[in-house]
Amino acid sequence: MLFRRSTFSGGIIPKEYKEKTRSLPIVTMPPPSRVIIHFSQHTGAPATPIVKLGDRVKRGEKIGEIGGSISVPIHSSISGVVKEICDLPHPISGERSRACIIESDGEDSPCPDFFLPGMDTLSIIKEAGIVGLGGAAFPTWVKLSPPKPVATLILNGCECEPYLTGDARTMIENPRAVLEGAEIMAEVLKAKVIIVAIEEDNHEAILKMKEAAREGFSSLIFAVMKRRYPLGSEKQLIASLLKREVPAGKLPYDVGVCVQNVQTAFAVYEAVRRNKPLYERVITVSGDGVSSPQNVRVRIGTPIDDVISFCGGYNGVPKKIICGGPLMGKAIPSPALPVVKATSGILIFSSAEREEVAECIRCGRCVAVCPIGLVPTFLYHLIKKNALKRAHEEGVKDCIECGCCAYACPAKIRLVESFKMLHDMRNRYERD
Amino acid sequence: MNETEVLIVSYAPHIRDRITVEKLMWSVVIALLPALVGAVYFFGLRVLMIIFLSVASSVIFEFLAQKSFGRKVTIYDGSALITGLLLGFNLPPACPYFLPVAGSAFAVVIVKHFFGGLGYNFVNPALAARAFLVVSWPSFMTKGFIPPRFGSLSGIDALTQATPLTLIKDTKTLSPTALAEVIDKLNSCDAIRNLFFGNVGGCLGETSALLLLIGAIFLLLSKVIDYRIPLSYLGTVFLISLINFLFVKPQPSPLFHLFSGGLILGAFFMATDYVTTPITPKGRVIFGVGCGLITMLIRLFGGYPEGVSYSILFMNIMTPLIERWTKPRVYGY
Repeated sequence: MLFRRSTFSGGIIPKEYKEKTRSLPIVTMPPPSRVIIHFSQHTGAPATPIVKLGDRVKRGEKIGEIGGSISVPIHSSISGVVKEICDLPHPISGERSRACIIESDGEDSPCPDFFLPGMDTLSIIKEAGIVGLGGAAFPTWVKLSPPKPVATLILNGCECEPYLTGDARTMIENPRAVLEGAEIMAEVLKAKVIIVAIEEDNHEAILKMKEAAREGFSSLIFAVMKRRYPLGSEKQLIASLLKREVPAGKLPYDVGVCVQNVQTAFAVYEAVRRNKPLYERVITVSGDGVSSPQNVRVRIGTPIDDVISFCGGYNGVPKKIICGGPLMGKAIPSPALPVVKATSGILIFSSAEREEVAECIRCGRCVAVCPIGLVPTFLYHLIKKNALKRAHEEGVKDCIECGCCAYACPAKIRLVESFKMLHDMRNRYERD
Repeated sequence: MNETEVLIVSYAPHIRDRITVEKLMWSVVIALLPALVGAVYFFGLRVLMIIFLSVASSVIFEFLAQKSFGRKVTIYDGSALITGLLLGFNLPPACPYFLPVAGSAFAVVIVKHFFGGLGYNFVNPALAARAFLVVSWPSFMTKGFIPPRFGSLSGIDALTQATPLTLIKDTKTLSPTALAEVIDKLNSCDAIRNLFFGNVGGCLGETSALLLLIGAIFLLLSKVIDYRIPLSYLGTVFLISLINFLFVKPQPSPLFHLFSGGLILGAFFMATDYVTTPITPKGRVIFGVGCGLITMLIRLFGGYPEGVSYSILFMNIMTPLIERWTKPRVYGY
């Protein structure tokens, strides 16, 4: 048993809003009549479509082939017919990207053989299309084949975003599977230690995971963490647990660590032990704009509208719908957009007034909460003066977009927003 | 969903802390109230008139300046109110009534709005105005002190001609034995007690350390101000005066230095002004130490009896430089 305070510098302790859904069991939503599946649901190159218009596909059948050195394949989440392959708006990037619409045949018949016989574990994880389900959607197989030896696997059960309880419920309901998934990944990595990090107020998850760990998982270390956002962020979690800092421009394996989310571990378990590619995930549907907040297991590609209807529909008139958590999630323009692999939650708010922005009074709160050690107000003023290159070099390039600065600002200045816009601008510029 | 309803799309974060600029400013106003009540108690109702004039004129000048510069009128944010309050606190109780009005005009129009308004002034408006008044009307600013209702100007019954810090300056002309006698009295329990409770002459808001500390504790606990500047400021003053007390005889004690003059008011309410002090944690420590050093330099060796306001003004000017030196280390470098 290992007790640790979260020791990364900065951060905030926002109100949790988790009580609504933390005690509710995961409900499985029946397969929808139609899914919209994007070929780019992960960090890296989009998958290459291998289906044509009119093709019949089964649940779990591969419809997109791995599209590059950092990429994963994409699978159909229902059985039916490919109705359309076109560019559709993506709920995360906000841009149009290649997607296909599959209409259900109502049978939900599974694809008979997901994986070739004799495949090694890493190939199964790769073929299953598993990505980091915490929100970053980085291909898991890439993380599991580091160029340097990794001694420590951190199983990340720190769900630091308010409202979200999908990770918590997964740990409560499937602790054995989660731990087995972690063990599979540790084996692939040849990691010696698995650290299970859970926030201290997540009592039930801690209890269930420890209970499960007693049955044959002796090499686990449990770390009960003080609640603080953004603890679930890889770099902050590593700093808190191991007092190691990932050098700028490097990745966790450079300090001998691999961090994996608990739902990712569950997906790995299901792929390796249950022959099931990643075509569904648990999301939290919450906020004051939905009738019955719930944790739902949904098929990837389900239109968000359908998910909300499944949760009793809207409560009042929705003003804002967010994919992800309230601190880093994306507000979407239309509920017709689908759930993707990176969707950890759907939050519906019936009020979304934007506060008026006042002048910066230099109170220093943004400096105090920045987990990276930036001076957000200074960078903001550089951007305002159009000194974009300088702003980038003086810190925006290191910004992890956690939003602590904007959360804490008493003048309600859109700090992180301006950094994100600069990131977006540079990304677009570099791409074109 | 109704087709006519439009969803709001904005960048994260979608939730915000409830703190606002107004809440911060009004907290400071509330924290200054105990000392204001004390000032009325010690120096009479005249204090109310001075404070009323400085506050009202500050707010009016803010309104006029914002109107004439075409800025958004923000007189309800409490910022001008604080400037008026602090300026009033820095005036002698017997000063003429035009002084707070002239001071407010200088603080709000010249120091604050000529340099860009809230968030852009580079020195503390109330302190700059005080410096302006000291230079422009020195006699009103140095001779307007009156004894508190139940005590004497110096806080010692036998000596009544000056405030404690002025007394020390004047004693330099005294014979060594007379000097030792005065210092002894200033270090006595009675004198320190009078300083702590405020039963002593001085600017109207600075005399009672106790009442100022009550407000300061409220600001620290509610996280309106950071502990770094006051702690390093008072710590530096304490250390220097302790060394001075131990190795140079006869000298006033560290407690005398902590509770006399405007140190408590300055350290908790003016050296913590957001706009004119560093935003970096390390910078704040340097700022406080610098204030403490300069305060003690002026008190021990300078021509003025008190150095708090000039030390803070000087460090205000150093703030951009300090910030550049003390940028936090960025994760991963």
